[in-house]
This record gives sequence, C-alpha cells and structure tokens, in this order.
Amino acid sequence: MSNLKYELSKDLIATFGNDVIKIEETRHGVTLVVPVDSWADVARELKDNKALMFEQLVDLCGVDYLTYGQAEWQTEGVSSTGFSRGIYRKGPGRFSWDERREESVANRFAVIVQLLSFKHNRRLTIKCFAPNEGVLSVPSLIDVWPGVNWFEREAFDLYGIVFKGHPDLRRILTDYGFIGHPFRKDFPLVGNVEVKYDEDQKRVVYQPVSIEPRVLVPKTIRRDSRYVDSMKDQEAS
Amino acid sequence: MSEIKNYTMNFGPQHPAAHGVLRLILEMDGELVEHADPHVGLLHRATEKLAESKPFNQSIGYMDRLDYVSMMCNEHAYVRAIEKLLGVRAPLRAQYIRTLFDELTRLRNHLMWIGTHGLDLGAMALFLYAFREREMLMDMYEAVSGARMHATYYRPGGVYRDLPDQMPKHQESQWTKGKDLRKVNEWREGSLLDFIEAFADDFDSKIAEYRTLLQDNRIWKQRTVGIGVVSPEQAKAWGFSGPMLRGSGIEWDLRKKQTYAAYDKVDFDIPVGVNGDCYDRYLVRMEEMTQSNRIIKQCVKWLKGNPGPVMTDDYKVAPPNREMMKEDMESMIHHFKLFTEGYVVPAGEVYSAVEAPKGEFGIFLISDDSNKPFRMKVRAPGFAHLSAMNDMVKGHMLADVVAVIGTMDIVFGEIDR
Repeated sequence: MSNLKYELSKDLIATFGNDVIKIEETRHGVTLVVPVDSWADVARELKDNKALMFEQLVDLCGVDYLTYGQAEWQTEGVSSTGFSRGIYRKGPGRFSWDERREESVANRFAVIVQLLSFKHNRRLTIKCFAPNEGVLSVPSLIDVWPGVNWFEREAFDLYGIVFKGHPDLRRILTDYGFIGHPFRKDFPLVGNVEVKYDEDQKRVVYQPVSIEPRVLVPKTIRRDSRYVDSMKDQEAS
Repeated sequence: MSEIKNYTMNFGPQHPAAHGVLRLILEMDGELVEHADPHVGLLHRATEKLAESKPFNQSIGYMDRLDYVSMMCNEHAYVRAIEKLLGVRAPLRAQYIRTLFDELTRLRNHLMWIGTHGLDLGAMALFLYAFREREMLMDMYEAVSGARMHATYYRPGGVYRDLPDQMPKHQESQWTKGKDLRKVNEWREGSLLDFIEAFADDFDSKIAEYRTLLQDNRIWKQRTVGIGVVSPEQAKAWGFSGPMLRGSGIEWDLRKKQTYAAYDKVDFDIPVGVNGDCYDRYLVRMEEMTQSNRIIKQCVKWLKGNPGPVMTDDYKVAPPNREMMKEDMESMIHHFKLFTEGYVVPAGEVYSAVEAPKGEFGIFLISDDSNKPFRMKVRAPGFAHLSAMNDMVKGHMLADVVAVIGTMDIVFGEIDR
C-alpha cells in the first residue's frame, strides 16, 4: 500500500487503517472493498468524516459474479481443430429454465455503491460481498443516505439480496407476484413463464415459455497484449 | 354527523398527467395527500440483462430507448464507459459534435418538459409552440443519423459519420406549396450546420415567447410557487441531480465540475434556484435552454472552421472504411471480426456519468475480458427523483401531485429500464 497514486486513497487509509478495508486503484478511480460486518459503519464514516464528506449516494447495484471470466467459445487450439460452435451455454440468453445451472461459488453476490462528494468533487466506489453462508443479506444504508431506499429495493428484486434494516423491502421493477430474481446469471434471458389470453377459460393465464433460447454471438474471452500495452501508456502519461 | 375516514386512490397507470405508466397509490384525507406510494416497473424491459447477452456495440440502440426524450445523452454515457475501459479517445471534432448534439438533446428534452408540464397545469397553448420547435430538432437528428428519435449515432471512438453537407428539404405537397414551401425550406438551403445556426439564432426569441406565456402568469405562479419545496440538504440526501439539485440552490453541473467531451472549451453558466420549489426549477430549466443555445452557437462556429476525422483510426474498435475493406486484407479481417464477434473490452469496473437533461445519467460497466458486458447498470436520474415522491407531496393537495410529477420531469423509459 505504499505506492498509492490517488490523494483519496491516502485519506481513506488515514481514516480506516489497513485492517478493515481493501483499496483497489485502477485507471478510472478508487474502489474500496468493505467486509459485510463493517459495511454500515464504514458508510457512516465516509459520509460524516470531514476529509471525505461523501454526501450523496449516486447509485447502488447488485452484481452476480457467477460465470465471471468464463467463455462460451474456445479460441485456443483453433488452428488444428477449427472453431467450436459456442456450445458451452453459459451466457444469460443461452439456456432455458430447466437447463439452468445450480451451483454456488464463493463471493458470488456483491453490492456496489457509487458515492459522490460535492465538497471535494470526488467519486468513490465501495463494494461489499454478501456472506457466502446463511441468509444472503447485507446491512441497509438507509440511515446514512435515505435516497438508497429504491436502489436497495431494486437490488433485492433483481438479485434477491436482503438488506437488513430496510423498512419497506418490496419488489419494485418486476410484476406483482413474480417468482425468482431475474438478473441472476442462472436465470434465463427468455424467462420462465409467459402470459397469454386463454380462449376457453376467458382469462389471462401463465404457462411455461414456448420460445427457444437463442443468442447470435457467443461470449468470447481474449486477453490481448495490445490492451496491456495501451494501459501502460496511459499509466505513464 | 357521519364519520370521515381516509381513503385510498389509484392514480394511473393510465392517466394523462402520469407521464407514462406511473401507478400512484395515494392515501387521501379529503383533498390532502397523506401518503403516496409510487408503483413503477410497468415498462420494465430488463435492458441491463439484454445488454449482457450482446456485443458492446449492439446495446447502443437500447440506450436511446431508456430516456426516450433525451436519446443521445444516454448513448454518450454508455460509449464513454466503453471508451474509458478500452482507453480510446474520440477525435476532437467528434467531441464537439457530441457536445453539440448533447445540447440539442437538452433543448428537445426541455421543450418536451415545458410543453407537458404546462399542459398538466392548464397552459394549453404552450405545448403547441414547444412542439413546433421540437420538430426542427427532430429533423436535425434525422439529417445526421437517419432516425428522428432513436439515433444510435455515438459510437465508441467517435460518432458514426460526419455532419451532412446538405439539409434535406420539404417537398411540394397539396398543403405546402409556392410561398409556404419556400418559407419552410428557407433555412434548409445550406448544410446541416447552416440549419442549426439559423435555428439557434432564432431560438432565443422563441424562449422569450414561452416566457411571455408563463413567467408572470398568475395561474402558473399559483400552481408552482411554494409547491414541492426541497431543501439543499434533502436534495443531496435523496440523491437528486440535475435541475432538481440546482433548483434547490446547489451549484453542481457535471459539464463544469467533472468535464467531458468539449465542455471545457465552451462558455456557459450554471443557473441555480433559491427556494427549491417548482417555480424555481421552472426558471432553472428555462435558463438552461438559453445556456444550451449559447453552447450550440459556439460548437457550430468551431465545427464550421475545423474539418477532420470524426472516428478513431483504431480498427480494433471502429471499422475501417469500405474502400479499404475491399482492397486491404488486414482491413477486411478487422471488418469481419468487428461485425461477427465485436471487440473485446479489457477487464475492469468503471462508472461514467454525463449531465443528461434530467440529471446525472450514469453507466456502471463490468467487463471480464470478453466481447459482451458482464454487468451493466444504468443509473437513471428519474429513479432517484421519483423515490422521493412521498416526501415531496405529503401534505399537498391532489392537484399539486400533478405539478410535482411535472417538475420531476420523469420518463418511464429510464426509471423502469
């Protein structure tokens, strides 16, 4: 932690020390990784500390890291075998409800918050991984920034992350009576059920989806040396 | 005497003043609102999830459909996020074109807002005047991209093509001919920039027209002064941005404070309100139109004098031109890879925000070295504004709910995503 290039990182270390938090610096800014137990305390300090003064919570979003870094298309060894057809159906649009993968990985769900300080004109990203065992829950920040209310409802709705201490944790974007959390990576893009008007019953009914999951371009991963070079240039300038 | 109880009222989802599909459950005590519970999500299309299933460039079109009255500003936030991760920069001329079209978009948005806000509060005529000018702004979109609304004009590394040398003209019809035809084509003889210049020179007088209708209008003031007051502390705590924040007296504009595109090279001021009520936010937005017009004039002047490339020459991101593609093997490979697989964005997490007409429109993007976004989150200004609905209308009359919805300038494309 000796070669920190942002002023903000130094202020953060001065406030919290190295024990509680982990600082990640990129070309685009500073990310603070906070353990779930001290999430609310760190948030309170970020807002009230005179050197930090993050008065506004700009955004809160949930993330599901399942399938992170997994390609559907193998690009190595193609010169001898030819390209595969992208048959590893891992991408969001490529499997149906019955074919979805049931697996758990460590640090799968995270909550990422964007903060803004008007006084110092700085931004900060803070991030917290939901616990791997037990209830998928993270403390609510509603006492620190009241504006987080709907953002937490949204993350609950789409990812199923429970915000402890939230006064009104209802679904917000999905339909009344919706089942499942649609933005999880193991939820198919085509969904699970569709609605139609049933001529015999004279009402709208739910039924399993009848369309085939389909995506035109498979997900490909390439680690290109050109980007590594261009990043070095940027860092130097 | 009969007992009087609170009753619950359903406002929307089909209501002319609900600006789309807002369902508002109001708990009323006579005419007074005790509690408001907005139900959103009726227009939820899972844009963020759809973006995860396509290459980066294919989602630019979805951005237009988020806040569908300020299309190009949304695109701007998205392409900036990709550019940040890729480490590419658009050429200066493209930066100016983006600045120009962001401001034209701001005018479009504010004209839509003033028209419908006026309509909601009983000022019928204004809507017609506002849409008269908005039509010309649509023509500018069409001239540059081929589409009146959903342009898909900004691309990572620049803009899709340079501004056209000719402005399309109206053709003779049964209703428009002779003198009338010459009049509607008067500004369209030259290039697109000539047309924009003529529009901008004239537009200040149009703003004055709108002001004549509203500024000192007694009914307008009765409906907006002292309604939906937001203190600066509340505005910060609730996550407000844009005119909602500036209306409460906080001088904060991303174009100035965290500048992007060519905003550091043009002159403009940030208008702020004093009282934080609907009338002050009206004043702020009206002044913003004047300031936008100032920026437009400066951009037109610069663009006329400085021709140049509008797209980066990094062919890993932007396609080479067609002649090169047909003659040069390398270019053909680039073209093929770009249009089948797309480009790969290096792993990283980035947040990029622009000052959209409604406030801070941000895109949070996570890439995992692949050709599709791993996660994309849209931070819509209207979502934060609408979440404070209950606090803003509590204790107001039912008719004031309409004024507050209007002053928030909400559009459900971006709130429901």
